[in-house]
Amino acid sequence: MRILFFVLIMMASIQALGDRVIHKEKSLYRNIQVKESSSRRCLVFAVRRGDRNQTCINLRHPDRVVFPYARMTFAGLLLNSEPESILIVGLGGGTIPTILSQLYPETIIHIVEIDAAVARVAKEYFDFVETGNVKVFVQDARVNIKRAKLKKLKYDMVILDAFTGDYIPEHLMTVEFLQEIKSILTADGVLVANTFSTSKLYDHESVTYQKVYGEFFNFKMPITGNRVIVASLEPLPNNKLLKDRANQLAGKLTKYAINIDDFPKYMKTSTDWDQGARPLTDQFSPANLLQAR
Amino acid sequence: MIKSINPLVFALAFVSGFIIMAIELLGGRILAPYFGSSIYVWGSIITVFMLSLSAGYLIGGRLSLLQPSLLRYGTFFIFAAISLIPTVLFGNGMMDSVFLHIEDPRYGSLVASALLFFLPIAMLGMIAPYSVRLLVESSHHSGQVAGMLYFVSTLGSALGTLMTSFYFVLWFEVNQILLTMAATLILAGLSAIAYSLLGAQGLQQKVTSN
Repeated sequence: MRILFFVLIMMASIQALGDRVIHKEKSLYRNIQVKESSSRRCLVFAVRRGDRNQTCINLRHPDRVVFPYARMTFAGLLLNSEPESILIVGLGGGTIPTILSQLYPETIIHIVEIDAAVARVAKEYFDFVETGNVKVFVQDARVNIKRAKLKKLKYDMVILDAFTGDYIPEHLMTVEFLQEIKSILTADGVLVANTFSTSKLYDHESVTYQKVYGEFFNFKMPITGNRVIVASLEPLPNNKLLKDRANQLAGKLTKYAINIDDFPKYMKTSTDWDQGARPLTDQFSPANLLQAR
Repeated sequence: MIKSINPLVFALAFVSGFIIMAIELLGGRILAPYFGSSIYVWGSIITVFMLSLSAGYLIGGRLSLLQPSLLRYGTFFIFAAISLIPTVLFGNGMMDSVFLHIEDPRYGSLVASALLFFLPIAMLGMIAPYSVRLLVESSHHSGQVAGMLYFVSTLGSALGTLMTSFYFVLWFEVNQILLTMAATLILAGLSAIAYSLLGAQGLQQKVTSN
């Protein structure tokens, strides 16, 4: 299975060589490209160490989620399978909100994206649409969430998808920020954070989440470089409950190639980080420096 | 007498250059939780720093006309340190209130930067022209003296930028760095005042022995 996966990745990277660029723009924050091959179209944030795909869509099977890390974000549904309101930080190509709005057409989905250009590209090239229930705010997430707190808005689920391996918005990885998120979650609200921390930052990030949310699911799957943190204000469900919910949801998620059945066995509450690491705060948040170490 | 104070004035100008830029970089950190870290937040910070410095240059230059002394020079440092304290103690409270009253983060960050940084940075801005006055002996050399002073204080700024962004934020909390800056300013001010008093005593002794 793993070998097959590697072969697929190899093929994908070879294929990437044949990509043509169908859109290119320099936004305030980054260089954005949309690349297309015969089978997929990708949103690429060009960085020095080679391109980094943010979102890809499969042109032949547009419903299928291409990247495992995007699929893993749906693990939050195992803790709250009927969210009535969702806040997503980081739009990318809009894959996650699009699927969530198809699964839950009645649910209010707010997306905060700092880069207006990304929102434009998502609409133009990735079939992302704003509707009565799905709305994008071009804003800094910290500002948006502080305002939401003032307005006493509550969400059943907050999804943090603003991190890449390359650059971390440091004010979005602090104890204070996670507390602000806590204050806009409903009583059975769930926080899902898709992160790519490595090296020392992994320890600091884990301790930071632990400090605010206590025990959380540390969700890592073989091969992918990311991990998804799933935290809740309520006590975490046991493995059996996760499996039952996964079974219930599996049918709805198959067409998106989200193998939610596989998730529960990788969702661990055990800690694999240095508990002595210093939590990140607004006073101490050198996330990018720690990541580089 | 004037010649002997030159190393001290240059050293203090270096310190002030270092601290101005260290505070400016920390400004980004301080404002981010309230206004984000978008380009306009940096725009606000840089605007306020430029305005504060320009006001400081003007006032410092004007004050240098009235009996310039190392003693008064020292008090600039002390006042700069004192005006930095509310930024540390009440910064979050101030930003809370700005955040409540101003919805647009561009103007919010501009107003917050002004509240947090105008006074200390204007005080620090007064140091440069006043230093020139203390150093200049003849109009013939004034350009050279000013050039040397800019060299030293801008070198301080470069080092303050580098140390803060590469190391200080990795080792210390923002407030720890700010308080250390304030303590350094007080030490700098006291050393100028001490030198001035001791120097004056020495001068007096010289005069009486003559």
